[in-house]
Amino acid sequence: MEAFYEWFRWLYEATGINLTIFYDAFDRNRMISGFWMTVRLCLLCIFFSIVIGVVGAWLQGSQLKWTRRAVHGFIALFRDTPPLVQIYFFYFGLGALLPRVDNAFGIPEPILTNVQWAVISLSLFAGAFNVEIFRSGIEAVPKATVEAAEALGYSRLRAYIHVVLPLAVRICLPALNNNIVNLVKTTTLAYAIAVPEMLYVTKQIWSDATNVPEMMVFLLLAYVFLVGCVVWVMARIERWLKVPGIGL
Amino acid sequence: MRRTLLALTVLAAAALPGAAAADVIDKIKERGTLVVGVKTDYKPFGFRNPSGAIIGIEPDMAAEVAKKLGVKLELVSVVSANRMEFLRQGKIDLMIATMSDKPERRKVVQVVEPLYYSDAVNVLLSDKVKVTKWEQLKGAKLCGTTGAFYNKDVAAKYGAEIVSFDGSEKPLIALKQGNCIGYLYDQTFIAGKLLDDDWKKGYHMPLEGIMETPWAIAVAPGEDRLAKLMSDLTKEWMKAGYIVALEKKWGVKPTEYSVRMHKEYKGS
Repeated sequence: MEAFYEWFRWLYEATGINLTIFYDAFDRNRMISGFWMTVRLCLLCIFFSIVIGVVGAWLQGSQLKWTRRAVHGFIALFRDTPPLVQIYFFYFGLGALLPRVDNAFGIPEPILTNVQWAVISLSLFAGAFNVEIFRSGIEAVPKATVEAAEALGYSRLRAYIHVVLPLAVRICLPALNNNIVNLVKTTTLAYAIAVPEMLYVTKQIWSDATNVPEMMVFLLLAYVFLVGCVVWVMARIERWLKVPGIGL
Repeated sequence: MRRTLLALTVLAAAALPGAAAADVIDKIKERGTLVVGVKTDYKPFGFRNPSGAIIGIEPDMAAEVAKKLGVKLELVSVVSANRMEFLRQGKIDLMIATMSDKPERRKVVQVVEPLYYSDAVNVLLSDKVKVTKWEQLKGAKLCGTTGAFYNKDVAAKYGAEIVSFDGSEKPLIALKQGNCIGYLYDQTFIAGKLLDDDWKKGYHMPLEGIMETPWAIAVAPGEDRLAKLMSDLTKEWMKAGYIVALEKKWGVKPTEYSVRMHKEYKGS
């Protein structure tokens, strides 16, 4: 392994291509932890945004006028504002109003960290889109199917969970995949509030080692790899959920 | 072709001694004013008072130079991006504008030695943080500015966790909100911040500065007489403790560098 790292030092000396993330242990470690931070952000945000989408879409079909209006308001707020503005709003705006707890130095620290704020704001952002995506799936489920479920004695919630949602998910998967890919790319915005994910770490490294072109290329390839993995997994899920014969 | 070459040679020959003869000191005396480029956004080194006049440590130094030459003083506001150009174009005769001494800058302007000041890296801490050594910051969260050359060194050497933002406003907000325990930045900037009403109470700078980088007074290239005069004057200032006195006058804790230089020159 050491020889592999040293090869990159040789590469720098021989060609001027400076990939400190391989031969400099400090830079290597922060890039590795940056990669895992990005993966963690992605998984958490995907999970929470899907939960928000499923619950939101169900509430949107509610009989109560004010519930529907609340969901509409939520979508309008989070779909119509830039994600970077939302992140700043949460971290610098709402963060100031939170209760604080004293840390080891005796300084009152906000109870939510920048990583937690990033997860919250990105989940809400992607969740707002997911609500609409799930709604498109739900509306594509034939009315007769829902009525048949009701005739069999399903309540609204039961029919949603057992009949409508499984069909709707299959219909809206392509759109959902798009949004998840977008979400993975949007996690880079967390760098603005100093979440040490890949873009943040890359920026730190290139301002120390002034190897901007190398790090840009590396970052681009890293995201191609990451998004490639996500797309592959989603394609597997799509195939696995396929119901033969009904065109879904 | 030959004629053109000849003409060029004659022109060059005419131009060269001309440039050397019109020494900037003669020009200053003839004009009756010394034009000095200083900063106006770097409290307390150079800033504007409520009535708009430029005041601070560096304007005071400029006034000393004018007194020495027996001329009036004119201050011109410069920023980092234009200060060396102004000097080369002759818009200013002398530059005293918080400029760090870097090899690539020595290629463009003539630096006056000894270097008049030196800035270090320090950290603005909440009063509640009682530390005396950098090592005690291990594992602590410090806000920083992205692109500052010392972020990595402080993280690697002292084990502090640097949370860095773009610019200097956001890290200060993050510090106020308790997202980090201190702000790692230029010592002189922090010393200036501590004069602000916003930061006077509740914050302090208890550690010794690290990673010193000296600041240079500069003249246009080739102005050896003015450079020599400034060099002698700087030595005089150091001997008399003038820079330390200025720091005290403007409310800055005297830096290790200026105290050391004062001691060194007083002894000689």
